[in-house]
Amino acid sequence: MNNKPKIGVYVCHCGVNIAKTVDVDAVSEFASRLPNVKVVRNYAYMCSDPGQFLIREDIEKEGLNRVVVASCSPRMHENTFRKTLNAVGLNPYYLEMANIREQCSWVHEDRDEATAKAKKLIYAAAAKVRLLEPLYEKEVDVEPASLVIGAGIAGIQAALDIANAGFKVYLVEKTPSVGGRMSQLDKTFPTLDCSACILTPKMVDVANHPNIELLAYSQVEEIAGYVGNFDVKVRKKARFVDVDKCTGCGICAQECRLTGRIPSEFDMGMGKRAAVYMPFPQAVPAKYTIDPERCLFLTRGKCGKSPKCADACTAGAINFEQQDEIVEFKVGTVIVATGFDPFDPARKPEYGYSDYANVLTGLELERLVSASGPTGGAIVLGEGENAFVPKDIAFIKCVGSRDKSVGNEYCSRVCCMYTAKLAHLVQEKVPGSNVRIYYMDVRAFGKGFEEFYDRVRRGGVRYIRGNPSEIFKRGDKLVVKVEDTLNAAPLEDEVDMVVLAVGLEPRNDAREIIDILRLSQSADRFYLEAHPKLAPVDTATDGVFLAGCAQGPKDIPDTVAQAKGAASSALVLLSSGKVKIQAQISFVNENTCRGCAYCVEICPYGAIELVAISRMGNTVQVARVNEALCKGCGACAAACFSGSIQQKSFMDRQILPQIAVLGVMR
Amino acid sequence: MSTQFEPNIVAFLCNWCSYAGADLAGTSRTHYPSNLNVIRVMCSGRVNPLFVVNALQQGADGVLVSGCHPGDCHYMEGNFHARRRFTLLRELLEYVGVEPGRFNMSWVSASEGAKWKDVVGEVVEKAKEAGPFKRFRRDKINW
Repeated sequence: MNNKPKIGVYVCHCGVNIAKTVDVDAVSEFASRLPNVKVVRNYAYMCSDPGQFLIREDIEKEGLNRVVVASCSPRMHENTFRKTLNAVGLNPYYLEMANIREQCSWVHEDRDEATAKAKKLIYAAAAKVRLLEPLYEKEVDVEPASLVIGAGIAGIQAALDIANAGFKVYLVEKTPSVGGRMSQLDKTFPTLDCSACILTPKMVDVANHPNIELLAYSQVEEIAGYVGNFDVKVRKKARFVDVDKCTGCGICAQECRLTGRIPSEFDMGMGKRAAVYMPFPQAVPAKYTIDPERCLFLTRGKCGKSPKCADACTAGAINFEQQDEIVEFKVGTVIVATGFDPFDPARKPEYGYSDYANVLTGLELERLVSASGPTGGAIVLGEGENAFVPKDIAFIKCVGSRDKSVGNEYCSRVCCMYTAKLAHLVQEKVPGSNVRIYYMDVRAFGKGFEEFYDRVRRGGVRYIRGNPSEIFKRGDKLVVKVEDTLNAAPLEDEVDMVVLAVGLEPRNDAREIIDILRLSQSADRFYLEAHPKLAPVDTATDGVFLAGCAQGPKDIPDTVAQAKGAASSALVLLSSGKVKIQAQISFVNENTCRGCAYCVEICPYGAIELVAISRMGNTVQVARVNEALCKGCGACAAACFSGSIQQKSFMDRQILPQIAVLGVMR
Repeated sequence: MSTQFEPNIVAFLCNWCSYAGADLAGTSRTHYPSNLNVIRVMCSGRVNPLFVVNALQQGADGVLVSGCHPGDCHYMEGNFHARRRFTLLRELLEYVGVEPGRFNMSWVSASEGAKWKDVVGEVVEKAKEAGPFKRFRRDKINW
């Protein structure tokens, strides 16, 4: 084929998104005068079927061999147009896009300026496209297994879906039991079905599924490799209990010298546990764990004459010699389902959470109303003689959400409904109680939410619009100071208990996964999806998917839906068994490479090595790129002294013309 | 001069953070000066310091290199290489008498559309202050 460039330039109006600020006719006229340009067209929607048809037709009839599409960001539609080229047999890498929407028409108001800039961008693209070379994508095999990080409802659902499709799943959970936050809930809104009743069967399923290897009380240490071929290293933390021997009978916990003295994480500190513990009775795996930070024997080396748990255990499962274990395996895909942390209301000192025992968070009240909670479901505050049943109860919404002062601008999406649910449960459990909810807005957006909100209001819960400024103590009572903004009336409301509807935050250890997987964060600090609408479970790293609150606050139905989405995305890779690898990778001109190995040192993936070749009868060392490992960052190309190593589609001789055009054109 | 000097700026943006951040500025319909034109590379680590010099030779009045925040590089350490290279280059440019405002580096993440707008504004302002750059300029397009 005669490879003299014949360029087609396609200018998109994007409806009026581009055409409103960029004079597409003037731009087209300009483009038609550029070197090597044979065809120029502008069209309302280049990405639509008729738009793509124009390109295909011109390639076939006019013999175009290079295409410039001036439209939206290449991050949006580069793949779309690559496929268009490919459909008519033109190499998909003979495409260059000029971003005249996101970086031109949308950010400039002046029509002349925007038009002039569009011309420049198109000229630069045309200058580069002439010099592009055809590239061919290679395929590699996908390891038929998946890693799921986090075993809350998101991780559990994703693991079950993948395992049911017949693929191996490694489910890694940091805490001793699967179940996550959902296991702490009593009832779920808006249907009020019991959380444990719908969750525990799934927990048991993951433990018993032949395709799932459950690694509880474990942490991912390292993930290397690339899509289809991740090498994973997991640290199985020492439980100091032999799980093969432990029957979960619980005698150890009864005998432990610290029984009833350590705040239980599961009960949000409302209940107490021993140093050897199972987080909750339905825990999976139903095995005990010794808390290495609390156990007397492990911290001080001494626990009376001998550790009572070990003496009591008839199975001989207690083993203080146990060591952490490193488990290594290979997977093709990774799903991150690490969940959230509840907002710490101590950061809003005006609400007195740290000062007054009767100020609770929503999750604490959740444990209190739960039949499996520390009070067996009775709403009782205080202990012993001071115990009492609160009658006047105030809820405060949006604590730590929609609040710039704590750095959380976002809505946590669940607090409106969990507040309504808790208010309803409290009313049910404390006859004659008087429940009010202080709110900014009520967002009842989900299926059945508005109906539930209505039901709760009709049940006698009072909604008062106002954002309390302060909570203080007066006698035995807590006073909520607030302005009822609908009546423009300042109030000092005396209550027995205040419940703070705390929002959801990224986990405080979110950074660990970022460092391991190179994920990005969005402005709200949750993990960033590849595209907010069209790739909501994908990440910028191929083969890594997101599920649940790790990506942003969401309720249980949305979490399960996203987990199923992530599982299906992972399954696309796993079931096809092949994945195309990056084509825009580096390559070495072995004729000019002098073997200095500077690129070898700089490559973050270890993708370059020195090999001996024969050059004009002499054996010399040159760099060589491992195409499966190279990710196409181009750091080597910028480092090479002789320009011998280059990145395909981003070669020096392809970028320099862009620079020249942008520099010279005024 | 009767009209105000409008500088011409060439920017190199990494695909994953800064380019995405600039796209976000677009989808959020923020407005900024049109003096800056972007060349997309996969990583700020790809930007050869000679590209910067070349841009100045070809007629740019200012250059910007923008990547992911240090530690957030999509390719793990590309932006560290960039940071080192361009810290040196900046000193070299200053040494040969190029005004400090002409060469800029920034870290803009995919979620920082607003920051991108600020960065563009700042870079354009600095270049305006420094005025037209002629010292390296070649007379015609040379690639």
